[in-house]
Amino acid sequence: MKFVDEFRDPAAITRAAEEIRRLAHPQRHYRIMEVCGGHTHAIYRFGLKDLFPSNLELVHGPGCPVCVLPMGRIDDGLSMAGRPDVIFTAFGDMMRVPGVRGTPLEYKARGMDVRVVYSPSDALKLAERNPEKHVMFFAIGFETTAPSTALTLIRAKARGIRNFSVFCNHVTIIPAIRAILDSPDMRIDAFIGPGHVSTVIGCRPYEWIARNEGKPIVVSGFEPLDLLQAIVMLLGQLKQDTAKVENQYRRVVPWEGNRAALRAIAEVFELRPYFEWRGLGFISQSALRIRNTYAEWDAEQRFNVPGVRVTDPKAAQCGEVLKGVLKPAQCKLFGKECNPEHPVGALMVSAEGSCAAYYNYEHRRKALV
Amino acid sequence: MCLAIPGKIVEVVPGNERLAMVDVSGVRRKVDLGLLEEMPACGDWVLIHVGFALNKISEQDALGQIRILKMLGEDTAAMEEVRGYGLGEEGSKTEP
Repeated sequence: MKFVDEFRDPAAITRAAEEIRRLAHPQRHYRIMEVCGGHTHAIYRFGLKDLFPSNLELVHGPGCPVCVLPMGRIDDGLSMAGRPDVIFTAFGDMMRVPGVRGTPLEYKARGMDVRVVYSPSDALKLAERNPEKHVMFFAIGFETTAPSTALTLIRAKARGIRNFSVFCNHVTIIPAIRAILDSPDMRIDAFIGPGHVSTVIGCRPYEWIARNEGKPIVVSGFEPLDLLQAIVMLLGQLKQDTAKVENQYRRVVPWEGNRAALRAIAEVFELRPYFEWRGLGFISQSALRIRNTYAEWDAEQRFNVPGVRVTDPKAAQCGEVLKGVLKPAQCKLFGKECNPEHPVGALMVSAEGSCAAYYNYEHRRKALV
Repeated sequence: MCLAIPGKIVEVVPGNERLAMVDVSGVRRKVDLGLLEEMPACGDWVLIHVGFALNKISEQDALGQIRILKMLGEDTAAMEEVRGYGLGEEGSKTEP
């Protein structure tokens, strides 16, 4: 247990791990999905799997926004970077994600104006400072990030800044969970609900998972003890044969979410009829687009977006890994053609992608043994 | 990218757009408070994500979140993000 010394309360960790072993029925196999990429990262980083009995399996979910974005959307966004008057802006996470003709960083190396911003409001500021240019912000993220993009557009409209637009790739977590539950090759017993997404949406949107699907879900924090407690709560529900939504991360997540953030989302965005997810395919009403009242700031309405569709390399099994059907190391390319230095699939690009997390912690650790 | 960063409000900026100067481990940057339901006061802690405060949290939870970012090895990236806010300019005078 390499990281156990760093744990705040090792005795509490030991107690929670014992409780997990006590609650897990030895004759039963448990598959628990952590929906959020931040949780995936934490689980590998802290080596939590070492604390679990062998019949408890954690399945990594779709909650990494970079990972679920189909390659064609990257090409669509970058198609605008080719215009001489356009400054293409995106978060740093996006810069190494490959489109068909390269990553945003490679576009920059070819002389296009590609810049990292740490906030959508800075992309707007860039537009104010460069009135002769058009600044496009490549927006990605779940409900944690969507309110910030929304408020930036509200600010742009209020300030009358017209040389700014957003290429919207915001996705919503609930339809992805539904798609996973509907998938015939998936068998999940319970869910660890995302932490910071839930600060925005609250816990109510998960109620159907318990009520209609009969699956327990516990919203969890990111500390080792948070995650272990969430698993204890899930196993407790499974043992009693109940299914409800519980909030382990009450200190940060209000049950009703953040109403001001939800209002900003509702003001600017509406649901797309469908959107393609890498690995999961087309999912209806699973992503946001910019409302007509903000059409002037919508890159998809202002520019002629080619609508590129790219099939992932056949050998890469990102979809199966994303759905939790395969473990990262079971993909044929894992650690060979596909590694963090040369990612083939998006799950290897982001630190929150399950392949990168597995490579950085498990794979390297095994290599050292 | 869904991990939020805790910061302490050191100054609420007057104006129509609700902005505040926050301190994150000694680095001061302006963040947007427009997504908060209630206006926080100086000395309050907020969780920040991509330049916007997402919610108010207790000091204890803020310190817990700082620790978790360190434990996850995300503290450097978090500080890089915070330093980059405002295109890396604002508040730089107050940096140690």
